[in-house]
Amino acid sequence: MGRFLALRGAIVSLMLLAGFLFVWHQATRGVAAVQAMSPEYAKLMGAAATQGTSAMPGPLEVGAKLLEHLRRPFYDNGPNDKGIGIQLAYSIARVMTGYLLAVLAALPIGFLIGMSPLMSRALDPFIQLLKPVSPLAWMPLALYTIKDSSLSAIFVIFICSLWPMLINTAFGVASVRREWLNVARTLEVGTLRRAFTIILPAAAPTILTGMRISIGIAWLVIVAAEMLVGGTGIGYFVWNEWNNLSISNVINAILVIGVVGMALDLILARLTRAVTFQE
Amino acid sequence: MSTFDDPFDANRRLASSGCACGRHRSQAEHAHEARLTLQCAPVEQPRFAERSYEGVVVSTVMRAMFPKDAARRAFLKSVGAATALAAVSQFFPLKTATEVFAETGPIEKKALKIGFIPITCATPIIMAQPMGFYAKHGLDVEVIKTAGWAVIRDKTLNKEYDAAHMLSPMPLAITLGVGSKPIPYTMPAVENINGQAITLSIKHKDKRDPKSWKGFKFAVPFDYSMHNYLLRYYVAEHGIDPDADIQIRAVPPPEMVANLRADNIDGFLAPDPVNQRAVYDGVGFIHLLSKEIWDRHPCCAFAASQEFVTGAPNTYAALLKSIIDATAYAAKAENRKAIAEAIAPANFLNQPVTVVEQVLTGTFADGLGNVRSVPDRIDFDPFPWRSFAVWIMTQMKRWGQIKGDVDYTAVAEQVFLATDTAKLMREAGLAPPESTSKTFVVMGKTFDPVAPEDYVKSFAIRRV
Repeated sequence: MGRFLALRGAIVSLMLLAGFLFVWHQATRGVAAVQAMSPEYAKLMGAAATQGTSAMPGPLEVGAKLLEHLRRPFYDNGPNDKGIGIQLAYSIARVMTGYLLAVLAALPIGFLIGMSPLMSRALDPFIQLLKPVSPLAWMPLALYTIKDSSLSAIFVIFICSLWPMLINTAFGVASVRREWLNVARTLEVGTLRRAFTIILPAAAPTILTGMRISIGIAWLVIVAAEMLVGGTGIGYFVWNEWNNLSISNVINAILVIGVVGMALDLILARLTRAVTFQE
Repeated sequence: MSTFDDPFDANRRLASSGCACGRHRSQAEHAHEARLTLQCAPVEQPRFAERSYEGVVVSTVMRAMFPKDAARRAFLKSVGAATALAAVSQFFPLKTATEVFAETGPIEKKALKIGFIPITCATPIIMAQPMGFYAKHGLDVEVIKTAGWAVIRDKTLNKEYDAAHMLSPMPLAITLGVGSKPIPYTMPAVENINGQAITLSIKHKDKRDPKSWKGFKFAVPFDYSMHNYLLRYYVAEHGIDPDADIQIRAVPPPEMVANLRADNIDGFLAPDPVNQRAVYDGVGFIHLLSKEIWDRHPCCAFAASQEFVTGAPNTYAALLKSIIDATAYAAKAENRKAIAEAIAPANFLNQPVTVVEQVLTGTFADGLGNVRSVPDRIDFDPFPWRSFAVWIMTQMKRWGQIKGDVDYTAVAEQVFLATDTAKLMREAGLAPPESTSKTFVVMGKTFDPVAPEDYVKSFAIRRV
């Protein structure tokens, strides 16, 4: 039954995709009315004005561009024109750096908050205040104080992936079952040992869920951050192609961003499953 | 008088149309007739064309001595170019000055990063890289595309960039501490003159009178930009209050065409290739070229921090020479096609070649079905006239961007480095000439840099 359902799901997915591509193709195929113009004038104008082609590219055009990118993902034509593979590598490197720094900060603080009701009360107002701030709002401040644009982007990733991890860690640690802690107390287990052998395994699924949310947000934010700062990365790629009003390249970038985001999410989903246990 | 013209040419035309002698309709006709009549060729031509920065120094000195072209002409006519050169050299050693300027001490820093915004105003800065002008002066320069003016400002203040392409009001604003903390900033060269336009959405093609623009939403690249001041000036001259009757917002140039297509804005005063791109995509038409508001107005600038200028003088000199060289090259109409091809690829402007070519050659589609030919639609002239700076500050004052008293001349002198020549003159033991200013006409109204406050007060629509 389960396998059958999966198969049916896949078929419906494919049908939806085909339907979407068909509608897209039809919608962009249309040719608008064109004004009469002298050939001399027409030579100076773009296809949208001379042939009335839609400014929105069709799926075939986008597919052709995608193939082109996949064939040459790592070309390097100077500092402002690099292949999509290189741009992705820059973005992933930035996200990973900021994210790992956030893990290093969030886990200890989360444990502290979860284990100490006093610290929980004390830090709560700060977290509540800073959590809803859009990470990009930090950007001007970061640029001004850190004085380095790529470090600023990393800082923005750090700050945006911090909160979900922090809150989930604190929550996971705080909601470890009383009985287990009581058993530990009965056996006179030390604080450090209690944290590592009882709380950590018990809270691990919640913590990893927090990490999974964080990586998603980090990947969302990097694109916006790079569009803002420019230079390198997939966000810069989108901005640069927008600059040229090349919608097919923007759509391709969207696809690639989606695929990478999905991969990152899948990895953490696997990890979460690995640390989850049946009671 | 342009910086690249031979300053000792008494016959060089005063007005921008017609020929040198005034008897022909164009310089070409004049040359044609000259070819038909027998003439003695001068034995030795001064080689200004070959060493244009020498030309720039000489030009500047002459200009400083004779701020009015007519006076210079009268002087040259009465004594002759050779005597004039000798006379000028006598109390100002031009050779020494150009040598000091051309001196190549060891370059302190070879690898430089220069930021730019992908618009044709940046042409000299960009093309100097693919066309080898930086390399020629021993520099290894990376030109980095940047997302917006605020970012380019921050990255330059951060020292991620050694120098940058800025809007000419920006170094003034940074130095004055308007919109950022005050940091001494310098602008050794203007990059381009003219080269902007007012583009309106194609749906407004019948509303050519600015009086019918009430309620329009306009975009300009930045608050501290010539675009903002020119647009405000233009509509105010037509009785429209730019703060009350229309909306003006800052939108990065690359996003303007997309916004125009989406009907978010009704038009913009923007740098090219944005205007031409809007035409190319059939979403807008060119209402007015900025040269029709103020012919030969400055737009973008090559800017560097004062720290860089004084801390690495040889690097700075080499860089400035590259830029002046590139600007001189770009000023020649016959090179414009090659330049368009060099700067159009994705690494630089990322635009179709034909769009860039239309901007640079001045033969362009206007979006209403006409092909227009305006060869000086964009032009390149590096000399940073102080009076430009003073005009910009009068507009900052007029629209309330700066409050209180402004020491116009002092700031202009500090920022607009016409002082490079002045510095060389001081080194040679001479008092630099008072005037690096000229008067000019904006929409029929003459601007006198000596009386900026009166100028501000002379406008009916103003915020002070």
